[in-house]
Amino acid sequence: MMEDKQSAEPVVADVHKKITAAFTAFDYESNNTVDVREIGTIIYSLGCFPTQADLHDIIAEVEEDNTGFIALDKFLPVMTKVLLEHKFPPIPEDQLLQAFEVLDKEKKGYLVPEVLTHYLTQEGELFTQEEMDEMLTAFTDHQKNLVYYKDLISQLAADPGI
Amino acid sequence: MGCGVSKSDQFHKSSGKAIRSAVLIQRWYRQYVARTEMRRRYTWHIFQSIEYSGEQAQIKLYNFLGYLMDNFTPASNERNLISHIFRENEVCRDAEWERYFCYKNIEVPEIYSGPHLTFPLTAEQAVGLVEAFRNKKQLHSRYVLQLLLETWKQLRMLPNINRISTCHSKEITICGDLHGQLDDLLLIFYKNDMPSLEKPYLFNGDFVDRGKDSIEILIILFSFLLVYPSEVYLNRGNHEDHIINLRYGFTKEVLTKYKMHGKRILKLLQKIFSWLPLATVIDQKVLVLHGGISDTTDLAVLARVDRHNYVSALRPPKKRYQSTARMSVDSDTDEGVWSPNKVFQRQKSLTSLKAINRDSFMNRSLQDFSDRLKVDEVDELEISRRRQSIFNPAISRLENETASSSESVNSLTVIEEWKQILDLLWSDPMNQDGCVPNEVRGGGCYWGPDVTEDFLNRHNLQLIIRSHECKQEGYEFCHNRKVLTLFSASNYYDVGSNRGAYVKLGPDLVPYLIQYQASSMIRELTVRQSAGQTERLALKVLREQLFAHKSDLICAFKKVDSNNTGLLCLNDWASAVESVMHLGLPWRMLRCPLVPGKTNGGMIDYHEWFNELAIKGANAEHLDQSLLETLYRHRSTLETIFRIVDADNSGFITIEDFRQTWKLLGAYLKMEITDDTISDLVVTIDRNQDGSLDIEEFMEAFRLTDKKSRLERGRSMFMGTAADLTKLEGDPNI
Repeated sequence: MMEDKQSAEPVVADVHKKITAAFTAFDYESNNTVDVREIGTIIYSLGCFPTQADLHDIIAEVEEDNTGFIALDKFLPVMTKVLLEHKFPPIPEDQLLQAFEVLDKEKKGYLVPEVLTHYLTQEGELFTQEEMDEMLTAFTDHQKNLVYYKDLISQLAADPGI
Repeated sequence: MGCGVSKSDQFHKSSGKAIRSAVLIQRWYRQYVARTEMRRRYTWHIFQSIEYSGEQAQIKLYNFLGYLMDNFTPASNERNLISHIFRENEVCRDAEWERYFCYKNIEVPEIYSGPHLTFPLTAEQAVGLVEAFRNKKQLHSRYVLQLLLETWKQLRMLPNINRISTCHSKEITICGDLHGQLDDLLLIFYKNDMPSLEKPYLFNGDFVDRGKDSIEILIILFSFLLVYPSEVYLNRGNHEDHIINLRYGFTKEVLTKYKMHGKRILKLLQKIFSWLPLATVIDQKVLVLHGGISDTTDLAVLARVDRHNYVSALRPPKKRYQSTARMSVDSDTDEGVWSPNKVFQRQKSLTSLKAINRDSFMNRSLQDFSDRLKVDEVDELEISRRRQSIFNPAISRLENETASSSESVNSLTVIEEWKQILDLLWSDPMNQDGCVPNEVRGGGCYWGPDVTEDFLNRHNLQLIIRSHECKQEGYEFCHNRKVLTLFSASNYYDVGSNRGAYVKLGPDLVPYLIQYQASSMIRELTVRQSAGQTERLALKVLREQLFAHKSDLICAFKKVDSNNTGLLCLNDWASAVESVMHLGLPWRMLRCPLVPGKTNGGMIDYHEWFNELAIKGANAEHLDQSLLETLYRHRSTLETIFRIVDADNSGFITIEDFRQTWKLLGAYLKMEITDDTISDLVVTIDRNQDGSLDIEEFMEAFRLTDKKSRLERGRSMFMGTAADLTKLEGDPNI
């Protein structure tokens, strides 16, 4: 049941297919290039959790000389390496929980939107206002106007995604 | 996305720990957003693939029926079942029309609480109609017929191509597909005011089908057309076509809402649709039409055609006989067309159709079909011409009739004209240069940026505004911003799936776009919930499609699984599925939601997978599984055939006709359906045993449920209307 392939390892072929599939979803001109602004989405959708800094490094490596486009043939080897080396592994649930609890000093189990907004738009790799609004719309319990992060984490973890 | 250096805040000294936590949360959230975006894209892709393949299926069915018409003896029962849809309107002279559609003897009862209309219509009445429909009233059939008659008179005076100007500093508002979604029209009127002398509007086709208020939309549009004939413009869309309406819900909607007079209303609408203008040009610079263009589109030709001859864009009009006989220009009795001196010899009856290669009808490319038809006295030129045309079966038929008559010039012109109209109503833009037949939909072309450039230059235009395709933001530019797609039905696939948009165009001819989304539900669902719901619906629809192809899939799986282990690796599974389904979907990405449950060491147990899906029906247990599968896969086609057979649109067909329908379906699918099988089906459905069958009841009796899915609502979305989807709104947690 193995496909014919050049490489000796079935795993690599598998990875290539996965990357190509994600890439072509954004290849609107059907010419094996994507807009550089979509690269983040593509990499995330492959199950990686890079930081913004990591993303910038990758883009620097693969972008076609300031054209604003990235070609599949450059992207493929770089991304293959990333996936095979598990460079940007997912964040374990407990780690995520801890992160929220750091912000929730009184350990109430929830955060008010204002506190979350303060941290995420002022610290770390800052959210834009748009990102913050979207997150609050998606994650806030509208009746109580609170973010119950514990429930959120377990709900989203149960959702396998792609 | 922000990328920054962490700043320390003057008032709250954040610890390193807090900063690291923030980074973690940001990383996690961005990843989540990206994954959601990917899923949204493939959800979209699922709906679109299935929608277009549905349109393709309708055209294939229509061609199949046309083929039957050509090849059956005139007297055969089967042919009589379906011949009526190929007949042009029998009533053609004006006086006869008025008599046939006389509304004067229709009484409006005292208890009727809807609007009353008097003619000529006033602006207050038009506004009153909008209010009445907002309050869920229904217009009485007497007034509907009266309105339609007046509309017909008005439309007949209009040219094929409206030419309007934005002088007097008037901005014109242009709307795309509405598809029976009254909420969107109401929202547009709320945001932009209703049509008036100061507020001209242009509606770009596809007013009906799919949504549940198609007739109300038509009534509103026609009313404003009558009140403001110089300010309201309508273009025809590909759904302004009674053949399409049979499948996509408009026919059903009218017959349900107007039980007594629905048939008359539909008949009159057939005429009205054919009289709708084909396109509009604004300030001689901006072309607005529903579908698009092809490399042969010529506005001069389009301006000349007798557009009302094209009642349905799916078939060419009958040949005109200039002199003689029993036929007037528009009429088309069977004797005239099927007389013995025609080239085609009709010998076969239904039973001998088993010999037909099923592939003839199932090919994605309608071009292939033409190769299988007999060609007698045709030269090379004709053959190559035929290869380029899209609706080859009908064209071949027409061309062969032509070969034997001296009116070849006329008929070839008819074919040219017909292609022009088809392209106009059905084409889609593509990114690559060139112009190729639109095989996905089955009609029109895909046209590229070079064709746009050439067309605009030739006609001295600067912009094409078209609709026909759903876009997530309600609009989309392409071809170097020379083509604008405009779609005005928000939440088209599901609540939250897309916005709608309309365009305002002033004398500067720069399009100004306004977006909206009509649904009170949107505000109550979180973004996450509504996206998840749409995705669940798409997956449900997709599972149904997969189950409907179970036999073919198992066949394909077994080919790869040569050792018969029952297991497949992901790659093999994905390619096998695509080879059967032809939907072009990212199956690898969809594996998780589609094949839940533990993996067998990374392998997929396909037998177990199919066991998870099951067809459950009221009395279905005694029926053959493969028959059920057929039934399910071709539900839409089956229902369409029923509605065609139900010539008087009563919603019932006789048991005898029911048998004939199954025979037809059997021939279409190249399947043996025995009399016993049919009897079993009859027993299942004809509960009151009165010799006639309720079509609705029959279709409801067979359902598909995924054992794991809690969504046990009935029909696949492309059978029902948006009303069925709104039933899902009740529980956002499903």
